[in-house]
Amino acid sequence: MALRRIYGTETEYGIVHRGVKDSNPISASSFLINAYLSTTSDQGVGPNAPRVGWDFIDETPEIDIRGFAPIGSLPPEIEANLVNAVLTNGSRYYVDHAHPELSTPECLDPLSLLRWDRAGDEIIVKSMKAANEVLPPGEEIIVYKNNSDGKGNSYGCHENYLISREIPFGRIVQHATTHFVTRQIFTGAGKVGSEAVGEKRMETPFQLTQRADFFEEEVGLETTLKRPIINTRDEPHADPLKYRRLHVIVGDANLCEVANFLKLGTTGIVMAMIEDNFLDNQLKIEDPVHALRQVSRDMSLKIPIRLEGGKTATALSLQWEIYERSHKYINEFGFENVGGESVIKVMEYWEKVLSALTSSPDQLFGVLDWVTKKKIIDSYADRHGLKVDDFKLAALDLQYHDLRPEMSLFARIPTEKIVSTEEVALAVENPPNETRAFFRGKCLQKWPENVLVANWDSIVFDIGDKNLRRVPMMEPLRGTSQHVGDLIDSCETVIELIESISETI
Amino acid sequence: MAESEQKKRKASETGKSETDSSELSSARNEELSSELDELLDEIDEVLEENAEEFVKNYVQKGGE
Repeated sequence: MALRRIYGTETEYGIVHRGVKDSNPISASSFLINAYLSTTSDQGVGPNAPRVGWDFIDETPEIDIRGFAPIGSLPPEIEANLVNAVLTNGSRYYVDHAHPELSTPECLDPLSLLRWDRAGDEIIVKSMKAANEVLPPGEEIIVYKNNSDGKGNSYGCHENYLISREIPFGRIVQHATTHFVTRQIFTGAGKVGSEAVGEKRMETPFQLTQRADFFEEEVGLETTLKRPIINTRDEPHADPLKYRRLHVIVGDANLCEVANFLKLGTTGIVMAMIEDNFLDNQLKIEDPVHALRQVSRDMSLKIPIRLEGGKTATALSLQWEIYERSHKYINEFGFENVGGESVIKVMEYWEKVLSALTSSPDQLFGVLDWVTKKKIIDSYADRHGLKVDDFKLAALDLQYHDLRPEMSLFARIPTEKIVSTEEVALAVENPPNETRAFFRGKCLQKWPENVLVANWDSIVFDIGDKNLRRVPMMEPLRGTSQHVGDLIDSCETVIELIESISETI
Repeated sequence: MAESEQKKRKASETGKSETDSSELSSARNEELSSELDELLDEIDEVLEENAEEFVKNYVQKGGE
């Protein structure tokens, strides 16, 4: 039986610092994040409150969540200019390479993840506002939620799915690959031009995805060079005997909520079907790297992909196949472990989107990013009589992803919403209830001065008199609101909390 | 692929549902076209002033 799915995303954003000579993306990213930390009303990160950093200490896999491990030394110092913070909503906000990056808290279903992913974008908007208020006149930091600069440089939006350690990796590779190649028809964020090596930029005036040009391998550990469709990074941030984390690097960052929800929700169901061995072997793509690019370039959605064994099928028909298989799976196994009732919504949107892609993709304006962006670019080119290589069209592509509310093209488009503004605002400050992120976030809200450092699977508390206590959290399904909510409410001090946890375990 | 699934797919791709959705989409297209006109007016106002410079200066380092 499939495990309860834990979902998360990590988004690297594009960043521009205008008005300075030789701008440096690392310092701009640090400035952006520090500006947010200094002005937020979060108790844990207010102007005078201590900053809570990220803990880089390696975990000992044997440590049980139910035990405490006193530690004798301080964690390593964080590099001075590389900001790395934990927020009260349970997420991690940091500088990665030359980008600001936000990792969502652990979520138990795709709807919840959509909400905290949107909260991440909102935190970026607030950060830009805070940064630009204190920058000298004439300077501005601008952040983009996209995955490419149009010049061959790419940065990722990674998805994480916690799956059972017992599943043979080969089975994951085969079935996940077919889904990743074909789901591009609804997950693509759209892109003007090609960045593939050996192809001229305007040989492909428009394609479905930002990322397909950058993948060269089927399976591998790399994320920056020779990127693989299936990434083998094995770092579960949880009990490694029980869990494997599938780190998915092949997707685009989405702005359209339906596209984002479907990217996460359909993949969660596919993972469950892999765990329960519910997929047959007939859907194996012969050359996935070639097919990934082919699908990304096929606006007609009609060009067949070669499957192993000599058959062919379009990405759309393969998605119908996976959809129908998912329908049967849910009827047979239920949806509790995949993400509860939000999965019903995933199935409804999935069918609606595949039907529209089958009959008339234009209907998905405001629903899918690539359809929306393409429509704007085509209409704008028509109106002004522009050729495909006009810089204005490339500018439209970039500005679609601009997160400044007054400049974002996406923000002007009436798009289909799944989560409300109020839900997103609450998720900016608060963690989800259903995972260990609750414990992390609530401790930060209530005892910011006592949380020394935190990471995914532990928190180090400073309980005074140079005493530090590490609380391991190797099980993502513990530390929930139901599990520790009353306890946190009833404790006044962190010492009380730690003593009470000792008593209850 | 099971035969029944193939039939089901064919029905959803080429059957009555397509007629329905094309009627729907024609009404939706008119609506869209007027929405788009307004949107394009707005875009003309906010699009980065020097598109060429903006696009050329947008250079990122690889990440991940």
